[in-house]
Amino acid sequence: MNEMVITRAEREARLEGMGCKRKRVEDVRFTQGRGQYVDDIKLPGMLHGDFVRSQYAHAKITRIDASKALALPGVIAVLTAEELKPLGLHWMPTLAGDVQAVLADGKVCFQNQEIAFVIAEDRYIVDDALQLIEVEYEELPVLVDPFRALDPEAPVIRPDLDGKMVGAHGPRKHHNHIFEWTIGDRPGTDEAFAAAEVTVKEMISYHRTHPSPLETCQCLAAFDKVKGELTLYGTFQAPHVIRTVASLLSKIPEHKIHVIAPDIGGGFGNKVGAYSGYICSIVASIVTGLPVKWVEDRMENLSTTSFARDYHMTTEIAATRDGKVTGLRVHVLADHGAFDACADPSKWPAGFMNIVTGSYDFPVAHLAVDGVYTNKAPGGVAYRCSFRVTEAAYCIERGMDILAQKLGMDPADLRMKNFIRREQFPYQSALGWEYDSGDYHLAMQKAMDAIDYRALRAEQKARQEAFRRGETREIMGIGVTFFTEIVGAGPSKNCDILGVAMFDSAEIRIHPTGSIIARMGSKSQGQGHETTWAQIIATELGIPAADIMIEEGNTDTAPYGLGTYGSRSTPVAGAAIALAARKIRNKAQMIAAHLLEVSEYDLEWDIDGFRVKGNPERSKTMTEIAWAAYNSPPPGLEPGLEAVSYYDPPNMTYPFGAYFCVMDIDVDTGVAAIRRFYALDDCGTRINPMIIEGQVHGGLTEAFAIAMGQEIKYDAMGNVQGASFMDFFLPTAVETPKWETDHTVTPSPHHPIGAKGVGESPNVGGVPCFSNAVNDAFGFLGSTHIQMPHDAWRVWEAAKRLGAHG
Amino acid sequence: MIPGPFHYHRPTSVAEAVALLAAHGDDARPLAGGHSLIPMMKLRMAVPDHLVDLAAIPDLKGICEDGDRIVIGATTTQREVIGSDLLAARLPILAETARQIADPQIRTKGTFGGNVANGDPGNDMPALMQCLDAVYRLAGPDGSRTVPARDYYQGAYFTALEPGELLTAVEIPVPPAGHGYAYEKLKRKVGDYATAAAAVVLTLDGGTVATASIALTNVASTPLHAAAASALVIGTGLDAATLKAAADAAKAITDPATDGRGTAEYRREMAGVMVARALAKAMRRAKGA
Ligand SMILES: Cc1cc2nc3c(=O)[nH]c(=O)nc-3n(C[C@H](O)[C@H](O)[C@H](O)COP(=O)(O)OP(=O)(O)OC[C@H]3O[C@@H](n4cnc5c(N)ncnc54)[C@H](O)[C@@H]3O)c2cc1C
Repeated sequence: MNEMVITRAEREARLEGMGCKRKRVEDVRFTQGRGQYVDDIKLPGMLHGDFVRSQYAHAKITRIDASKALALPGVIAVLTAEELKPLGLHWMPTLAGDVQAVLADGKVCFQNQEIAFVIAEDRYIVDDALQLIEVEYEELPVLVDPFRALDPEAPVIRPDLDGKMVGAHGPRKHHNHIFEWTIGDRPGTDEAFAAAEVTVKEMISYHRTHPSPLETCQCLAAFDKVKGELTLYGTFQAPHVIRTVASLLSKIPEHKIHVIAPDIGGGFGNKVGAYSGYICSIVASIVTGLPVKWVEDRMENLSTTSFARDYHMTTEIAATRDGKVTGLRVHVLADHGAFDACADPSKWPAGFMNIVTGSYDFPVAHLAVDGVYTNKAPGGVAYRCSFRVTEAAYCIERGMDILAQKLGMDPADLRMKNFIRREQFPYQSALGWEYDSGDYHLAMQKAMDAIDYRALRAEQKARQEAFRRGETREIMGIGVTFFTEIVGAGPSKNCDILGVAMFDSAEIRIHPTGSIIARMGSKSQGQGHETTWAQIIATELGIPAADIMIEEGNTDTAPYGLGTYGSRSTPVAGAAIALAARKIRNKAQMIAAHLLEVSEYDLEWDIDGFRVKGNPERSKTMTEIAWAAYNSPPPGLEPGLEAVSYYDPPNMTYPFGAYFCVMDIDVDTGVAAIRRFYALDDCGTRINPMIIEGQVHGGLTEAFAIAMGQEIKYDAMGNVQGASFMDFFLPTAVETPKWETDHTVTPSPHHPIGAKGVGESPNVGGVPCFSNAVNDAFGFLGSTHIQMPHDAWRVWEAAKRLGAHG
Repeated sequence: MIPGPFHYHRPTSVAEAVALLAAHGDDARPLAGGHSLIPMMKLRMAVPDHLVDLAAIPDLKGICEDGDRIVIGATTTQREVIGSDLLAARLPILAETARQIADPQIRTKGTFGGNVANGDPGNDMPALMQCLDAVYRLAGPDGSRTVPARDYYQGAYFTALEPGELLTAVEIPVPPAGHGYAYEKLKRKVGDYATAAAAVVLTLDGGTVATASIALTNVASTPLHAAAASALVIGTGLDAATLKAAADAAKAITDPATDGRGTAEYRREMAGVMVARALAKAMRRAKGA
C-alpha cells in the first residue's frame, strides 16, 4: 500500500538518477583502506622484478655482467636484450607507430632507460642484486634541446632507423625527425597574414611535465604453464587494448589472456601505454612459471613512464585593428624523447592539436607540427586532457592575450568579439572539426558578472599606479581564459588505436528481482564510474542506482572497450550505457504491454515503469517487469532482460568553459598568491554535480601545479632533474587555492543523454588561466610573454628583467 | 628505493650506544627519527652496516631549564619542541622554526638532535642554533665534550662529530625576556627545505637595537652565522638603509647552489630578503607590536 502513496518526486528521488549529487559508492572501500590495488594482490610463489637503468642519457653499452647478481641467493634470473631477442621481444611497437627498446639493445637513448630486468624471490633481494650488475658504457654526445635536433651534425639518436626516410606518418626530413603533420589552408593563411592590419607572433612553450598519479605503474603477470593461460593484473587505463597487444606480441591467443585492472590510484594518461615492465614481467612469468610482480617507484615513474607536453608552439595571429581575428598560423616543435611513444589515436601523430583555433571564429588557419627525437624519456601522453588539447588551449589562449595587449584591448572583450556565435553551431572550424554545440557569450558574460570583472580591472589599475609610486611591492594579475575542448574519441571514421576503432561498450543485465549488474569497456581510475554509470541506468531504466552494480576492468567479463582517457568515458561509454538501457526498455515495454493486456503503443514511460496512457492507475514497475521477464515472458519473446551496446560516436563532443584567476605577486620573492579562482564549466548534461565539482577541483589543482612549477627538467648532459616529490611540484592542501565553480548547460545534440565529459576541462582551461594571470600582472611593465612554469624563481627573474627590482 | 641489509641495535643507555658506535666505527650510524637517514638509505646514498637506534635511551629525552640555559635532549621530537610550554615562554623562536620544518608526520618522528647532528645544510635548526649561540653536548668513547653550534658544521654532512660520538643534548642560552625574534623561511611548498631562510634574535634599548644575531639556512654547504650583518644593525633603528645593508652583508657570505628552488643568484637574493623581513618582524615583536 505504501508504494501507492509515495509521490512522483519521491519515486524520482529514490532512483538517485542523473542530476543527483549521489555520494560516491567506491569511496566506502577507498576511505576504509579496502581498495584492491595491484600491489595489494599477492599470489603464491610470487617473484619480484625490477630494472637496472641507464646512468647516462646517451651511451653505447659495451658490457653487461650479471654474474655477481646471479650468484646472490634468491636471485632467479636476469633478463637483458640478449635473452629477449630469441623471442622477438627486445623491441616493442608503440601506439604511435614507432618501436621502443624493451631492454636496451646495444645502446641507451635516455637516462634511466631499462637495461636489464632482475627477478628474485623478494623485493629486497631484487634491489641488492641491482647493485651487483655491472654495466660498462661508452658515452655518446647528448641531444637535449629539441631546437638543435634537426641540426645537420646533431647526434644520431636512433641508428635502428638508419636509412628509413619514411616513418609511420610520412616522410622524415632528418635522422632525428619523426614526422611532420600539417593541416589547414597554407596559402589562404599566408594571404590573411599578408593582408592583416595587425599581427602578433610569439614562441609559446609548454614545458615537459608528468601525469604523476599517486599509484605508479605496476603489474603482476601469472602464466599457467599447464593451461597455457596468462593472467595479467595491472594499472591499465585501457585493459582490453593491453590484452590485444599482449596477445599480438606473445602469440598467446587472446582468449587465453585474462587482463584485470583492479582499483587504480589515478592515471591521467600515464597508464594508457604499454611499458617494458609489463613485457618483462610477462616473459619472466612464462620463463619461471611463477607469478612476477613489477612495481615502479616514484623516481622511475617520473623519469621513465610517459611524460606529457613538451610542445614549443610558434604562434601567429592576424587581426584587424579593431580586434577581429583573420588568421591563425602555428608551428609546433614537438619533443617526443628517444622513442615516439605518444598515446594518440593512430592517425593523429599530434593528437587533436588542430583544435588550436579554440573558441574563436578564425576564417582561415594553418598548423604544422614537427616531431623530433631527443635523449629524453619517451611519452607525450595526454595528461588529463584529450590528445594535445591542453597544448592547443594554452597556445590559443596565450595568443589571444598577446593580441589583446598589442591592440590595447581588454582580453575578455577581445574574446567576446571573436567567439563562435550560438547560431553558428554545428560549426565547421578552419582546421577541420565540427563543434557540436555552445553558447560562449552566455558563459563568458555569466563568469564576468560573477567575479565583477570590470571592478577587478579598476583595482588592478589602481595597484599598478601604487606600485609605480613605490607604495607596494605587489602586483596584481587577472587571468582570463575561455577554452573549448574536443573529447570523446572517437568516431571510427577518424579514430582507432592499433586498428581497433575507438568505440566503447556496455552490457546491462537485469536480474529477476530487479537488481542490475552492468559492465563497460571503460575503466575508472578515480573518476567514480561505479557511481555515475549507475545513475545513467537508474534514470533510463527506473531502477534505483543503489540496486545497480558496475563492474569494469576484467577483460573476461566486460565487453570490449577502448578504456578511459581523453574524457571519452561519458561521451562514448556513457552513450553505450544509455543505448543498452534503451534496448532493455524497449523489451520491457513489450513485456509490460503483455502484462497489462494493452498494445505497447498504449504505454508511456513514467519514472520507474510503464503506465497506460490516459489511465495512469494501470502501470507496471520495472521491478515487476523484470520478474515477468524470467517468469512469464510474452509468447514468442525470449525470456531474460539484458542488452549489449557498442557505440560508435557520430562526432566528438566539445565541452567549454570560462575561467578567471586573480593573483597577487610579490615581486621581491616571485611568490604568487592566488586570491580567487573562478571556473565556469559547460559539459552539457550533468550526471552527478558533486562528482563534476570534484573533477573540476582535481583538474584545477593539477593545472595550478603545472603552470606554477611542475616540471620534468634535464641538464645539459641529459640527466633528469628533480624526479621526486621533493622537487616535482605536487601541491598539498596548504598550497592549493580555493576553487569557485559554476556552470551553464548546453547539451550535446548528438549524444544520447546530451553529456560532453568534464574530467579534463579544468586541466585544459586552468593552465592558460594561471599563466595568463602571471603574464597579465607583468604586462604593464612591458612584457608580452613569460614562459611557464611560473615557479617563484622564474617569476622573480621576469620581475628582475623587467626592472621591477629597481 | 629499498635499503641494503644492515644490523639493528637498540641500546638503553648512552654508554651502551657509544660503545656500539665505537666498536663499529664508520660502519655504524645512530638512528633517531630516521627521517633524514632512512630516505638516504633507500636511495643507497647511505649504506650503514649497523644502525644504533637511540629511541630506547631515556637520558636523551626531554626539555629542561638549567639556570640561564635551556637543555634539549637529542631525541626530543620536533613535535615536542612545538608543544613545549617552557620553550613557548622562554624561546618562542624554536616552535616558530620547528613549525616550518617538513610536515606534521615528519615532525612527529624527526628529532631535534637528529636535525642538528645531521649536517644537512637544508635543515632549519642548525642556523637557529648558531643564531642563539647554542652548545652541543657530545658523548664519545673518551668521555664528553661540548662544541659550539657555530663551530660544529664543516661542510655538507661533515661535522665536528667523530666516529663513535653521539650528540646527547643541546644547551641554549636564554635570551632576555622581551627579545624580538623571527624565523623567515621561503620554500616552495609544505615539506620542502628552504630556498633561503633567516633566523634573527635581537634586543632593544629604547628604539634602537642593543644586541642582534642573524643566521642563515640552506644558502651554503653549512648554516651561516652572519656576524657582520648582525654587528651592522646594532645601534640602529632598523631603517630601510640599515635593512638593506644588513641584507647585503648577509648575502655576501652566502654561496648557494643552483637547484630546483632556483638559481644561485636567486637564492642569494632571497637570503637577503629573508634577513630584511626577519629583522623587521623581530623588531615589531620586540616593540610589542
Ligand atoms: C620530506 C622531508 C622534508 C623535510 N623537510 C625538512 C625541513 O624543511 N627542514 C628540516 O630541518 N628538516 C627537514 N626534514 C628532515 C627532518 O627534519 C629530519 O627528521 C631531521 O633532519 C633528522 O632528524 P631524525 O631524528 O629524523 O634523524 P635521523 O634521520 O635518524 O638521523 C639523521 C642523521 O643524524 C645522525 N644522528 C641522529 N641523531 C644523532 C645523535 N643524537 N647524535 C649523532 N648523530 C645523530 C644519524 O646517524 C643520521 O646520520 C625533512 C625530511 C623529509 C623526509
